[in-house]
Amino acid sequence: MVAVDQIKEPIITLRNVSKHYRNHYAVDSLDLCINKGESLALIGHNGAGKTTLLKLILGLTRSDTGSIKVNGQEPWQTSDRKSIAFLPEIVSFPNSMTGKELIKFYARLKNLPESECNKQLELVGLTDAASRKVGTYSKGMRQRLGLAQALLGEPELILLDEPTSGLDPSLRKKFYNIIEDCKSTGTTILISSHALSEIETRIDRIAILKRGRLVIHGTLDELRAAANLPVQIRVSTVTGQTPIVSDALKPETPFRKFNDHCIEFDCHQDEKLHVLKNLSRIPSGVTDIEILPPRLDDLYIHFAGEESDL
Amino acid sequence: MKPVLVMALAEIQEGIRNRWVVACILLLSILAVSLTLLGSTPIGITKASLLSVTMVSLTSLSIYLIPLIALMLAFDTIVGEYERGTLLLLLTYPVRRWQIIIGKFLGHLSILAIAILLGYGVVALYFAFDGVGTAQEWQDYFLMMASSLLLGAIFIALGYLVSVVVQQRSTATGVSLGLWLFIVVFYDLILLGMLLADKSHVIQSKLLAVLILFNPADVYRLFNLTGSELATLVSGMSGVTQTDLLAPLTLIMTLLLWLLVPLMLSIYIFQKREI
Repeated sequence: MVAVDQIKEPIITLRNVSKHYRNHYAVDSLDLCINKGESLALIGHNGAGKTTLLKLILGLTRSDTGSIKVNGQEPWQTSDRKSIAFLPEIVSFPNSMTGKELIKFYARLKNLPESECNKQLELVGLTDAASRKVGTYSKGMRQRLGLAQALLGEPELILLDEPTSGLDPSLRKKFYNIIEDCKSTGTTILISSHALSEIETRIDRIAILKRGRLVIHGTLDELRAAANLPVQIRVSTVTGQTPIVSDALKPETPFRKFNDHCIEFDCHQDEKLHVLKNLSRIPSGVTDIEILPPRLDDLYIHFAGEESDL
Repeated sequence: MKPVLVMALAEIQEGIRNRWVVACILLLSILAVSLTLLGSTPIGITKASLLSVTMVSLTSLSIYLIPLIALMLAFDTIVGEYERGTLLLLLTYPVRRWQIIIGKFLGHLSILAIAILLGYGVVALYFAFDGVGTAQEWQDYFLMMASSLLLGAIFIALGYLVSVVVQQRSTATGVSLGLWLFIVVFYDLILLGMLLADKSHVIQSKLLAVLILFNPADVYRLFNLTGSELATLVSGMSGVTQTDLLAPLTLIMTLLLWLLVPLMLSIYIFQKREI
């Protein structure tokens, strides 16, 4: 374990960070540590403080209290940003410029050669459209251009603010593939997202924000353990035989009947094996048993609540 | 220093792309040429040559036009990028905030310089081929072009100031237009009204001079219209300048101050601003 801990070197450290706007706390006494090479998802309602947190880490805004360290430096003070990249939620590049010209502009600011531009444009699949004006680009192409600028110069840390909103499924997949490639080379990734089902399998750790406070953070399994939510068990039977399932179980079990050959119910983690044992005793008629652990959506609702106030 | 250059070049490139540069050149040259042609019709002054007459008309034109062009180039430079989201992105790059302002300033200044050089240069060429004008007149003409650029620089800086203070592009448009109207139009009207109402002569020439120094457009006008005897005569500006406060060097220094103060202030405010 000691060896593992040594590898875990923090790249971002937030200690008791608060940011107050006119009438509310956007970020409230937040402690969070992100290690090098890790990928972390920030999730929370709109207005929960995700974007503010990203801005604080990027040094675009200054915290009221607490300390923020990124690569050992205070982000508001430093201009040493060569190894940090960002993809904002909404960015509209000037329409009259071509994709290539824009990427070249950003590359020059990072002191990178033109070959780097071609490489990233190729990676996001914009080589053919590079000499076209951005005004003619589709939403997906603009988003890919944004991603290309974020990948310039192989940054150590990439911050993505709701990167896949408005992308079609195949582009989303491509997008996550690129991100996974980055991760495999040791890049730290911080992603803010609402697309919970997409990210749950692609992210090391999850941090849930609610009204500027960190409700919980950890791996998906840690979150599941902390939430102690019931697993869902779905039993399929031969048509019309669902009563055999209800007969085999405790009468107070809250069944949800889908149709005449499928039945579903919640079951606590510690009763799961017992229930399964009972189900296996049913002599015939059962065709399938599915066990569905709580998904990130369920955990999110559990921790962040149903409300969506902003 | 390199980020400044990158910013400046990007600004010029975009200016060329979105036809700003072409529009400025066309506007200035068309107006300059038409003023010249108007000025070539015989007028009853023997002492002034056509070049002086043209210079005086161009000055009067520049006072309105150059600040307007400069403000339109500059007013949305920060607030516009803020609204588009590109400012957020730009600030995450290894570029300091003062480098953004200075870089953009150099870019916008270059656009204006090209427009003035070509626009007013067309007229200069026309006179050069005709062999019109004395050395003094030519010097005045070039000073007029240079001070027009300085006037433009001042209003670019004022535009930046608006751009870093307001939160919305539409507000910036309104404030810039108001600023233009006040400095270029209303200020003189108010001054004139005060002088007319001032029956007991409270406003001495010294106070008037100071009031003039408080308006960059007036300083520019005085600099060009009283620079030489000829121009003074043509423009009917003699009498205003009988105080040392309005000597050419003071006027230039005042204009430079009018440039530096808003520019530095914009940088200062921008550096404090949380995005």
